[in-house]
Amino acid sequence: MYQIDPTRTDLIEEFDRAPGGPHSAELKQVIMRLRTGPMTERFIVVCTRRGREWAVGRMPTERGKPVALVEGVVFDDYDNAARLVFRLRWQAATGQALG
Amino acid sequence: MKKIIAYTNVWTIAPGDTLEVKVSTYGVPRYRADLVRVICGDDDPDRGIYREEEIVAPFSGDYPGRTQIMPAGSHVCVPSSGELKHLKSFTVQVWVFPTTPEKGEQGLVSHWDEDAQRGFALVVDGSGAAALRLGAGAGKVVVVASGKPLALRRWHLVAASWDAATGELAVSQGFAGSPFEADSSSSARGKAAFVAADAGDASLLMAALPLSRSATGQTTRCHFNGKLDRPRLTGRVLSAAEIEALAWDNAPRERERLLVAGWDFSRDIGSTRVADSSFNGLHGHTVNLPSRGVKGFNWSGREQNWRHAPQEYGAIHFHDDDHYDAGWDTDFTYVVPDGLKSGVYAVRLRADDDEWYATFFVRPRRGTATAKLAFLASTVTYMAYANYRWQVHERFAEAAEVFWTTLDRGDAFLQEHPEFGLSTYDHHWDGSGVRYASRLRPVINMAPKTPLWSFNPDTHILGWLEHAGIDYDVITDEDLHHEGVALLERYEAVVTGTHPEYYTTPMWDGLRAYIARGGRLAYLGGNGFIWRCALSDELPGVLELRRAEDGIRYRDEEPGEYYLEFTGEYGGLWRRLGMAPQALVGVGTVAVGFDKSGWYRRTPESFDRRAAFIFEGIGDDEILGDFGILGGGASGSEIDAVDTMLGTPPHTLVVARSEGHSENTYLVPDETGFHHSAMEGTHNPKVRADMTFFETPGGGAVFSVGSIAWGGSLPHDGYENNVARISGNVLRRFLDPRPFAMPE
Repeated sequence: MYQIDPTRTDLIEEFDRAPGGPHSAELKQVIMRLRTGPMTERFIVVCTRRGREWAVGRMPTERGKPVALVEGVVFDDYDNAARLVFRLRWQAATGQALG
Repeated sequence: MKKIIAYTNVWTIAPGDTLEVKVSTYGVPRYRADLVRVICGDDDPDRGIYREEEIVAPFSGDYPGRTQIMPAGSHVCVPSSGELKHLKSFTVQVWVFPTTPEKGEQGLVSHWDEDAQRGFALVVDGSGAAALRLGAGAGKVVVVASGKPLALRRWHLVAASWDAATGELAVSQGFAGSPFEADSSSSARGKAAFVAADAGDASLLMAALPLSRSATGQTTRCHFNGKLDRPRLTGRVLSAAEIEALAWDNAPRERERLLVAGWDFSRDIGSTRVADSSFNGLHGHTVNLPSRGVKGFNWSGREQNWRHAPQEYGAIHFHDDDHYDAGWDTDFTYVVPDGLKSGVYAVRLRADDDEWYATFFVRPRRGTATAKLAFLASTVTYMAYANYRWQVHERFAEAAEVFWTTLDRGDAFLQEHPEFGLSTYDHHWDGSGVRYASRLRPVINMAPKTPLWSFNPDTHILGWLEHAGIDYDVITDEDLHHEGVALLERYEAVVTGTHPEYYTTPMWDGLRAYIARGGRLAYLGGNGFIWRCALSDELPGVLELRRAEDGIRYRDEEPGEYYLEFTGEYGGLWRRLGMAPQALVGVGTVAVGFDKSGWYRRTPESFDRRAAFIFEGIGDDEILGDFGILGGGASGSEIDAVDTMLGTPPHTLVVARSEGHSENTYLVPDETGFHHSAMEGTHNPKVRADMTFFETPGGGAVFSVGSIAWGGSLPHDGYENNVARISGNVLRRFLDPRPFAMPE
């Protein structure tokens, strides 16, 4: 299994520049790793008004429980929600907090 | 969070028929209802193409809100009888295959009055062990448990008895799994210091326990996950040897004079009937569609078809999240008036800042047509996708779709409310695949203003038809299933939606006969005509699917259970039945990819004079559909291609072929014998859509684009673009009654 090198914070910067790509080969590996973790407690995007407003949430540990929204976070741009999801998953996968 | 949800008794309706609207609200005292015609349901504000028209209707107005509940969980119900009421000593037994023995108390077979605490209940207890509860009311309840958990997904013979003369109770579970595994057999005895009392008029239940009669909506609780086989009830205490003999006996009434009931699930597979094979007639019925035609405790593996060996398919698989009919009360009705234009309509419900569209399809009065073109709404496919949840259940869905999981309010609501039922893309709580999907419940994604999959992208085609001034009737899959070719023959041409994926055999036969007899079909979609499914003759509005063999799917079918219970037919891909979509419409699915779509280029065959009408106004070198809502192009999501080995008619013209597919667009499982590193769009030439045309000897013709994304390109540039032009060229010629001629 591919492991994320937590020192490669340049890849976070690359993602921030273009969340929708194109991405370098190394960043593609990181994204795939972040997309294929467990479904439970996965950070996700929640669209609260179509095409206009997005939040970030975290999947619950079982069926029937609500998605927990990250408090105080609302974006008017999908890409910003995607950037936050990337960073939160990076932190969860590497165990290292980002500034 | 949702504040209002609803559903209707039917999805397809004709003038003179009555629509029943069933509404539930959450925390709002009133709601507003209006009728709208849906023209384009894509409400992305940046596109500005959403269009609905309010229609005057007698039901328009304000209504009081109320909450209605969803009774989920399958079980068997047997009405009470004299035999049950007069039962003294007894033995109850059943083969049990638990799939969640750890989940808490689960009913197996019970005749129990929850309010009076009388009767008996054979259960899986909180520790996963078989147990018998006996009650005589007034606090007189005794339980005896085997004390050992049942083994997960292994058969056990579970039995319990009560001796009215001695007060002795006994319970046992006999492991019938592999000889390589630990034996989970166990038994226990107990004694009651009272005389047990019967449960009176309470129904005998299997796979559930009753709720108090004061409960509203739901009548059962403690639903069992797993399979039961050959439940028997005898009016005396049997020895272990007698229990064993009776458990294996196909005709227990011959062996046991005091047999009260011997239910035989191998009879009436495909129906809700549960037959009692004793002479007492204690017949029952299933509730909420448990799965039948499934392998029994004695399945030998020599037969794969339940019809050939019904005695080896005598089990029923129950799930606590099975669902068929919500059974809600009706809030108001609407009799569709004569003169209401055929089309897609919705009852728009608004409560506070929330809204819901209960969507339905108005067809012309039966036996008539009001346009030359029919839009065939894929209602069976909409049913298959009803309340799909792969985005919250499937670990690798993001890898397939190449997006971060993005939920809207409806998705988040479904995550919190499993009781609204699953789609055929989902797994039950116990891990088994979902085979049934009903429309008799609120379906969150069969509406405008929902994500662009299944129903809503089809409204891109409707929006374009309206813009282009092409008059159309709307008919549905369910209409085609019931009426066959006669429904279609009233039309010069039929146009599909973007994804007509699921077909019953009567639908397939009807469409094929229509084409053969001179009909014209414009298949403006992809991944069409893929899965054989079935509708029930007994129960309206529910689809059955068995995903046999391969195909794009999130679950494998259970081996040995590839035959549909509703019809007895072999399920799975039409391709694997020897009837590939290529033989019906020229093309069949080859690849899927959801990040980026491609475009088409004309082929030399497009300059054949047979195809001239398709390309009127199109340049020789013009790139076709390098724009669109789904992945930015007209060829994408799920794409189809010709294959002469699979039956593409030899005179088929491939008039355009797609390119530009991404590295995330992969061959489908049925297109590859083994996985390798060149299965995707940048390396594999089979990853492409073929645009095709062929005539039939009956004067008909078929035009196929082989791409789900095609419809998403129609709205581009105000519906004025080369995808719209080609689509319009085809439909206008198809509506011209002059017959097509076969090429010489």
